[in-house]
Amino acid sequence: MSDSVDPMNPTEPLGQLPKPATAIPSMAQVSKERKTAASTVLQKIRTSHPRASRIPDSVFAVIILLSAISVFAIVVLVAWELIDKSRLSLHQFGIGFFYGHDWDPVAGSFGAMPFIYGTLVSSFLALLMAVPLSIGVAVYVTEMCPQRLRAIISFLVELLAAIPSVIYGLWGIFVLAPLLREYVEPFLARTLGWTGLFTGPMYGLGMLAAGIIMAIMVVPVIASITREVMTAVPQNQREAVLALGATRWEMIRMGVLRNARIGIVGGVILGLGRALGETMAVTMVIGNRPEIAKSLFAPGYTMASVIANEFTEATGDLYLSALVEIGLALFIVTLIVNALARLLVWSITGGTARVRA
Amino acid sequence: MIRSLRVLLCIAVLVSCAFAQTRLNGAGATFPYPIYSKWFNEYHNQHSDIEINYQSIGSGGGIRQVQAGTVDFGASDGPMTDQQIAESKVKVLHVPTVLGSVVPAYNIPGVSGEVKFTPDALAGIFLGKITKWNDKAITSANPGVNFPDQSITVAHRSDGSGTTYIFTDYLSKVSPDWKNNVGKGTSVKWPVGIGGKGNEGVAGSIRQLPGSIGYIELIYALQNKIPFGSVQNSSKNFIKASLESTTAAAVGVKMPADFRVSITNPPGKDAYPIASFTWLLIPTSPTDATKGKVLKDYLFWMLDKGQTMTQALSYAPLPAQVVEMEKAAITKQVKP
Repeated sequence: MSDSVDPMNPTEPLGQLPKPATAIPSMAQVSKERKTAASTVLQKIRTSHPRASRIPDSVFAVIILLSAISVFAIVVLVAWELIDKSRLSLHQFGIGFFYGHDWDPVAGSFGAMPFIYGTLVSSFLALLMAVPLSIGVAVYVTEMCPQRLRAIISFLVELLAAIPSVIYGLWGIFVLAPLLREYVEPFLARTLGWTGLFTGPMYGLGMLAAGIIMAIMVVPVIASITREVMTAVPQNQREAVLALGATRWEMIRMGVLRNARIGIVGGVILGLGRALGETMAVTMVIGNRPEIAKSLFAPGYTMASVIANEFTEATGDLYLSALVEIGLALFIVTLIVNALARLLVWSITGGTARVRA
Repeated sequence: MIRSLRVLLCIAVLVSCAFAQTRLNGAGATFPYPIYSKWFNEYHNQHSDIEINYQSIGSGGGIRQVQAGTVDFGASDGPMTDQQIAESKVKVLHVPTVLGSVVPAYNIPGVSGEVKFTPDALAGIFLGKITKWNDKAITSANPGVNFPDQSITVAHRSDGSGTTYIFTDYLSKVSPDWKNNVGKGTSVKWPVGIGGKGNEGVAGSIRQLPGSIGYIELIYALQNKIPFGSVQNSSKNFIKASLESTTAAAVGVKMPADFRVSITNPPGKDAYPIASFTWLLIPTSPTDATKGKVLKDYLFWMLDKGQTMTQALSYAPLPAQVVEMEKAAITKQVKP
């Protein structure tokens, strides 16, 4: 705010320009008065709640700064610990560990490629299914849903997020896998078998099952964030688009989704994070075979799963070290995928906005 | 008045709990966890001043913790290797506690009876060389059983486990092919098949997949009433796993002085061939003499009274001569 007289103010008498501030209350004066009024209110609060202002601003600033720094410290510590504990395996296999295909604990030969592949493919599959579904849920809940149903759907979506992953895993083994084996996989093999993605023996368990389970687990994350972001789009945006003669779908597309896209991508990134790190449910349905197969029916393996599976019974320093290096690989892959996702957001927004997630 | 009395009583109880209590900490194998927790509980009931905590963190973890001396005792489904013993800061005695065995379970459409497996058939199936149920290697041992022309799906454990160790140890002994190409371990590079987590994961896969075969612990099969096949032992007899035939596997084996012995494919005409001890790893020179004394007393109790409780939980008890050997070794080697 400027301290001089606002030249745009039409009530300002021109003749009194040399001494304007004393003659009539200027903007600065008004704000000053408001400030004193506010400070008396604050004073009242301070006296009635003596504990409220015991912490000086400087202390507060330091505390907040420390909290912010702790994030850096944790990330650096995790990275350092991972590198330190995987030193043996890093020396033994070098960079070849990350593209090696062999995983043989008996012979002491370790490579991470099948696990990296499994993690990326299963997460990608999960997003492929979860993103359209979650956006559909969010659009329905915010734009088209009767008030009473809205609360129920939101509650159910959040309930999905609260189910422990071992339950998803058991459900995967006993319900989803037979369903896939009996009906879905034969159908996919008949109709889309020519792509090469749906061939081979049908176990029910495998990459496809893992992708579906993870999609279900990721939907609540993406759907609830998308819903929040879409609710935050101002009502007049919608009205403006409708006033221009848009249909309801055009209004949602241009007025809501377009405005909410950055937040939606943020939600997708969070969902991706959950998918990359998901362990228990995936382990139970993916078939746990360290192999790179083109068919989605084939069993696969993820980085998180192999650590969970083999760490407790791993004997031998090299074996343990290789498992920690898998953790390091997961850390690096997560970093790269997140960086790519952020670049994607940048390219969508032309570099003007940041991801809020 | 009554309230303050109650408070006093509570304090008294708390104090007495904290007082005069020796607490032992152990960690290791998951396979014997049910019987161990039963033993430790029972022992605490009989000796209220002694409490034994056991964390089933896995054999690998048990060995590491006892090596580092962070627990009073460890437990493992596989004996420590020579290298692990050399690296260990703490000298340990392997004390066999109970026996477990591993059985082949299957789901063959149209076959409901018990299937007999020769060692060659088992090795061939898990190597991926026998791919159909009507393969001659399987049918020739099962005259009268009509096997379908169905492909075999192998299910194995995906998590590292003593069960896998016992099973692969057996296959390594009966099949040179297996020994050279796969070997034995808590996790191995499986030539074929899909991995399930835990006994329940493997059993679940078997139940779900027609034409599948997998290996599970005898206890799990008995408790969940899962049918399983018999296996041909070294005397060419087909033996179905049971608590008796598992104990029989330990009878004919020549026991080395340090008890580190594999009893898969043992001699003896009634012995079930895929069986193993599970061990407690006892430091021979405990840092805390009181704890050492308590642990020693417990071991003797376990070898006498404890052995009578195993059958109720479907664990096979130790043969009498092994118990005698262990008592002698504990008296001689474990201080104080």
